[in-house]
Amino acid sequence: MTIARRDFLAGAAGFALTAGIHRAAFAAAPTDRRFIVVLLRGAMDGLAAMPPYGDPHYAEKRGAIALKPPGQEGGVIALDQTFGLHPALAPLEPYYKSGELMLVPATGNGYSTRSHFDAQDLMESGLAAKGHASDGWLNRALTLLKGVDARTGLAVGGAVPLILRGQVAVASWEPDKLPQPSPDFLVALRTLYRHDVLLGPALERGLAAQGFSDQVLGADAAMDAKGGYGPNGFAPLAEVAGKLLAADEGPRVAALDMLGWDTHVNQGADTGRLAQNFAGLAAGLEAMAKAMGASWKRTVVVAVTEFGRTVAVNGNNGTDHGTASAMLVMGGAVRGGRVHGDWPGLAQLQDDRDLRVATDSRSVMKGILRDHLGLDSAALGTKVFPGTATLAAAQGLLRA
Amino acid sequence: MTAFSALIAATRFGFAARPGELQTLAQDPRGAVLKQLSGPPPALAGDLPTGTGMTALFLQSIRDKRAPQDRKEFNQRVNQVYFTEIEARLDAAVTSERPYVERLVHFWSNHFTVSARRPFIRGIAGAYEREAIRPHVLGRFSDMLLAVESHQGMLLYLDNAQSIGPDSQAGMRSGRGLNENLGREILELHTLGVDGGYTQDDVEALARILTGWSIARPQEPAPGSFRFRPFAHEPGAKTLLGKRYAEGGQSEGIAALADLAVHPATARHVARKLAAHFIADNPPPDAVDRIAKRFLESGGDLRHVSEGVAREEAAWRGPFAKVRSPADLAIAACRVTGVAPRGQQWAQSLRMLDQLPFYAPQPSGWPDDAASWVSPEAVLRRAQWCEAFANRMPDTIDPAALANASLGDAAPAEIVDAIAHAPSRRDGVALLLASAEFQRR
Repeated sequence: MTIARRDFLAGAAGFALTAGIHRAAFAAAPTDRRFIVVLLRGAMDGLAAMPPYGDPHYAEKRGAIALKPPGQEGGVIALDQTFGLHPALAPLEPYYKSGELMLVPATGNGYSTRSHFDAQDLMESGLAAKGHASDGWLNRALTLLKGVDARTGLAVGGAVPLILRGQVAVASWEPDKLPQPSPDFLVALRTLYRHDVLLGPALERGLAAQGFSDQVLGADAAMDAKGGYGPNGFAPLAEVAGKLLAADEGPRVAALDMLGWDTHVNQGADTGRLAQNFAGLAAGLEAMAKAMGASWKRTVVVAVTEFGRTVAVNGNNGTDHGTASAMLVMGGAVRGGRVHGDWPGLAQLQDDRDLRVATDSRSVMKGILRDHLGLDSAALGTKVFPGTATLAAAQGLLRA
Repeated sequence: MTAFSALIAATRFGFAARPGELQTLAQDPRGAVLKQLSGPPPALAGDLPTGTGMTALFLQSIRDKRAPQDRKEFNQRVNQVYFTEIEARLDAAVTSERPYVERLVHFWSNHFTVSARRPFIRGIAGAYEREAIRPHVLGRFSDMLLAVESHQGMLLYLDNAQSIGPDSQAGMRSGRGLNENLGREILELHTLGVDGGYTQDDVEALARILTGWSIARPQEPAPGSFRFRPFAHEPGAKTLLGKRYAEGGQSEGIAALADLAVHPATARHVARKLAAHFIADNPPPDAVDRIAKRFLESGGDLRHVSEGVAREEAAWRGPFAKVRSPADLAIAACRVTGVAPRGQQWAQSLRMLDQLPFYAPQPSGWPDDAASWVSPEAVLRRAQWCEAFANRMPDTIDPAALANASLGDAAPAEIVDAIAHAPSRRDGVALLLASAEFQRR
């Protein structure tokens, strides 16, 4: 059975009324700023993303996967005397030049584990040690935002990741590959689900998000955005995220994943698995920026990963699990065109193998949440990132 | 009470009741579950290729600089094998008289994940499950562990086939070296668990111990089969978890895996996962303790351990708080209706539900808790899928009879009523499948 998209929307609007959901509930958005977190799962190699080509130990310690110096074919794109961009991230260079991209080297997230799964949990929960985290720091940040509702937060790509789970209900969106269900069926189902604490609210939010994203995207855009698991799967999702966040009544805070960073084998230098991933990431961020339109100037996007990778190449032209990585901070609201934070250098390594941490990513996040979303400083140190009251929020990350 | 226990037997220790199954189970629900554990696990039906054969084909394909025509043939062969494998696997789940055993196969296959998100796994994953997992689900954990870690699927997926001892002859000659991916995941995911008390040194020691565990190349004898490469094995004694393993080539790894298989941390890790899978997302700690004790005392006898899981009182109490994984929802729908996709349709159907077999996102496998499966989008998607599935049913299907056969007395009056008033029989089936009672277990 197929039904016209218009009929489905009419149906959806119909049961919003029967359930007594008032449009007024979606009235004024809590802020006009946009904040997006991209989770690079699998441990992105920060030394490859922003190679410290000017560090005297770079070429020697990286070995076969060191990138060539600026100016050579496949070489680093120079940003300053010390750092460059990976050549596959070339589409991001104009953003750096126009002051909309800031890079942070040698970042850690406040914990030390080389387990992907523990580290991803901690990166998302915002805790420094394993607990029984059932909510994420971005959701806790939403609780501090005045006027927040179930459309303020958005998970793009399917399941709601831990970073966005918690007290505040959020919407989720992913490409649609199934025929739309009939309105009658959905009406009957929401009645059957009304006593189920998990399925009932989830269905309500799913319906709200679906009706909403159809309006914004149009049916064709929704069908075109194919998921896919490879490096090329990210750009369609990032573009959709941009479109959804651009809307006046749209979400303000979003999280989305990009997988495939666990490059134990054939990581490569200017070409190879990692280069393909960087190309996919750059294409996605660019597509997102364009889709944001006029909202881009009020946007901050942060790409963060669970930890870095070993400085030296391993036995398979790859790298193993390490410590510090790098962050990308991008958007029209960012005071970019520069590298933020200290550089610990490659002369001395953590455990004789890893780049040491110089910047705690949570100080960057706190700076953004305070200056961009206007959240209370004290609450950031206790509620959003518990136990970080003494970790100062980074200053001056954003344009005045 | 036996009617409710029969429903538990069919849903918690199976996929869902086929027509008539609840009545049969009601005679002795617990006894019927335990009885399923007798005898060896059944093999899958059909003419399916060996892991060695598929690995050889893969290695040959990357060795030849293949003409586009040959590459196309290779891809077609891999696709055909993949679709045949998942059809055989899912048909077994849909039709099994011993569904608890099939659930155990899926559980262990997820515990020891290999994933085709690394594309070369696509043609090998089915054989991996049939050869390394299935035969051992009622045997010894140590045998399964050894079969898994020496299988081509795992050696390729977690890169050990290419790991080389830095001080071995091959390492000194080539300058290539260690890859600690498999060593780490054995400790973190397969045996001790992340809190199991190992260090980075232990990860590296196990990686060194396993150097040389590789696969025969096309130009070598028995291409595609497991091959220990003495020249790539890191020489010398290694210390893992405080125990010294004298230089012994391949036997070091066999000894280390045997020790890990019976380690108390392994028993705890495995017991927790089993209890979370079959009982509740947060299982009672005393149940986990008892299952771990069975594991330790029996030396990892998985028949005995699985029996212990089914004997836990908590498993036989309501409410149904777990949510079926998308793939288990599809299998349940097929068992209840007696209609299953064929061939490639299985993959299409499960892709729509975002749980394509052998495509777990990471080495830790698919999630196993309700929160991970119940996002707003996922719930809507499940509902959409149920409607699309129901719309393929013959129009003679009787939704009221299906509700009675699959939920028994647990079918709330509200659902019975909704089905009775559904605009069509197919709509009734869609409501049954999408109902909270059917989504949960």
